[in-house]
Amino acid sequence: MKAVITVIGKDKIGIIAGITSVLAKNKVNILDISQTILQDYFTMIMIVDLEKMTVGLNELKNHLNDIGEKIGLSIKIQHEDIFNAMHKI
Amino acid sequence: MNQFNNILETITMIEKEKLDIRTITMGISLLDCCDANGEKSRKKIYDKITKYAENLVKVGENIETKYGIPIINKRISVTPISLIAQASSDKNYVEFAKTLDKAAKAVGVNFIGGFSALVQKGYSKGDKILIDSIPNALAETERVCSSINVGDTRSGINMDAVRDMGKIIKETAYLTREKDSIGCAKLVVFANAVEDNPFMAGAFHGVGEAECIINVGVSGPGVVKSALEKVKGESFDVVSETIKRTAFKITRAGQLVAREASKMLGVPFGILDLSLAPTPAVGDSVARILEEMGIESCGGHGTTAALALLNDAVKKGGIMASSHVGGLSGAFIPVSEDEGMINAVKKGSLNLEKLEAMTCVCSVGLDMIAIPGDTPASTISAIIADEAAIGVINKKTTAVRVIPVYGKKLGDEVEFGGLLGRAPIMAVSKFSSEDFVNRGGRIPAPVHSFKN
Repeated sequence: MKAVITVIGKDKIGIIAGITSVLAKNKVNILDISQTILQDYFTMIMIVDLEKMTVGLNELKNHLNDIGEKIGLSIKIQHEDIFNAMHKI
Repeated sequence: MNQFNNILETITMIEKEKLDIRTITMGISLLDCCDANGEKSRKKIYDKITKYAENLVKVGENIETKYGIPIINKRISVTPISLIAQASSDKNYVEFAKTLDKAAKAVGVNFIGGFSALVQKGYSKGDKILIDSIPNALAETERVCSSINVGDTRSGINMDAVRDMGKIIKETAYLTREKDSIGCAKLVVFANAVEDNPFMAGAFHGVGEAECIINVGVSGPGVVKSALEKVKGESFDVVSETIKRTAFKITRAGQLVAREASKMLGVPFGILDLSLAPTPAVGDSVARILEEMGIESCGGHGTTAALALLNDAVKKGGIMASSHVGGLSGAFIPVSEDEGMINAVKKGSLNLEKLEAMTCVCSVGLDMIAIPGDTPASTISAIIADEAAIGVINKKTTAVRVIPVYGKKLGDEVEFGGLLGRAPIMAVSKFSSEDFVNRGGRIPAPVHSFKN
């Protein structure tokens, strides 16, 4: 399954490194990354593939939460269907 | 870039504007739980509910994790208990309510609806026993919700039931007086009740429904309010279009959750109810949407028109987004559960008369309204009769959920807690309706019911 990871918060050094290392450790493949800075706020969206993931979704979510808390960012992971459902007919 | 913005929009709706799935409600038929022995019947009911709904809460939580959208409540609705219990020789159905309560606790749902009777044309033996059991049933259980249908466009209004329900509400208020008469918050008197409503306290599983189904209720007043903030000063054409677009997106999220829940539980999908249901949290209010349209304070002149537009646009936007729309679908106006409504009552812009007018154009009725504890039963019955008349004549669902809070008077405030919120006591007419209510009998079905 494909999921969307969104990261929002104050920009600082090492955000992508922190997140991608968690993803790599759990065998989550990154398909696409786009990021922008909106009024000082770092906003990153990643599309990832969870097919080969070695942990459960809940566990991955907790790992990401931990990182998020450490560097002071909000990190969310959601199945891509929620976005498709809401924005495509 | 487009996809980027779409993703951010969804995130904003969930994080900031409180978009959520209000409830996943499993409807369970209890028709095969009838038994001449009440105890046996209750055992069948308990076993069936705990078996069918065993995984409901877990599945709800899994979906929440998967899509990152909060699912606030997991609930159960069952066949009106009067139909099941009257096969037994029991003379009191409080034990049935306790069984429902026990089953709800066992599977972890916060409410179970269906301690109900449909009496729009008259009482059967069990209907009367059920109604008489309501006050004790609601006082002695925690999660059971009760509803009574007293009128219908096809049958008219059962004024005997209307008279009795005034007394039942008063008695329920008295028996739960230690907790600000909270029993009444779990009791709804309907006209034109719908059989697939997933929202409490009025949910029950109609006799025309399948064995077991999943109904989903979505919400999102905050999302609509935020969308309207972006079109300040524009014409109503733009307002209506904006609400429709927003309702579409909200409903699609609900449809996705409904489909997923149905698949994971192996239970057919029933309907999606796309009601805007407020909560007492700031930013989750229907009143504030009406004010965003340009009314200084909810209840001011123009409120009814604003609500009519909102209710209609929500339906139009949602209908295309789901394969089966049902339930009540529209906008709810429960006073104690809506931060903006509470504020409007306190300011003096919103009163019972205006709320009655608003119920003509919204999806339900006089909802979660605290009134003085010394309000006569006949006045409550007359309030019910007025609402039922609006429903029956206009072919829409109406309901009354008023709480005559024991010991409280005008100027007091009452705190129910949680999603039920808090409410200032509102004034009712001081003129008597006693002789009107005591007539009893039936108000005949309106002329436009003869359609065959």
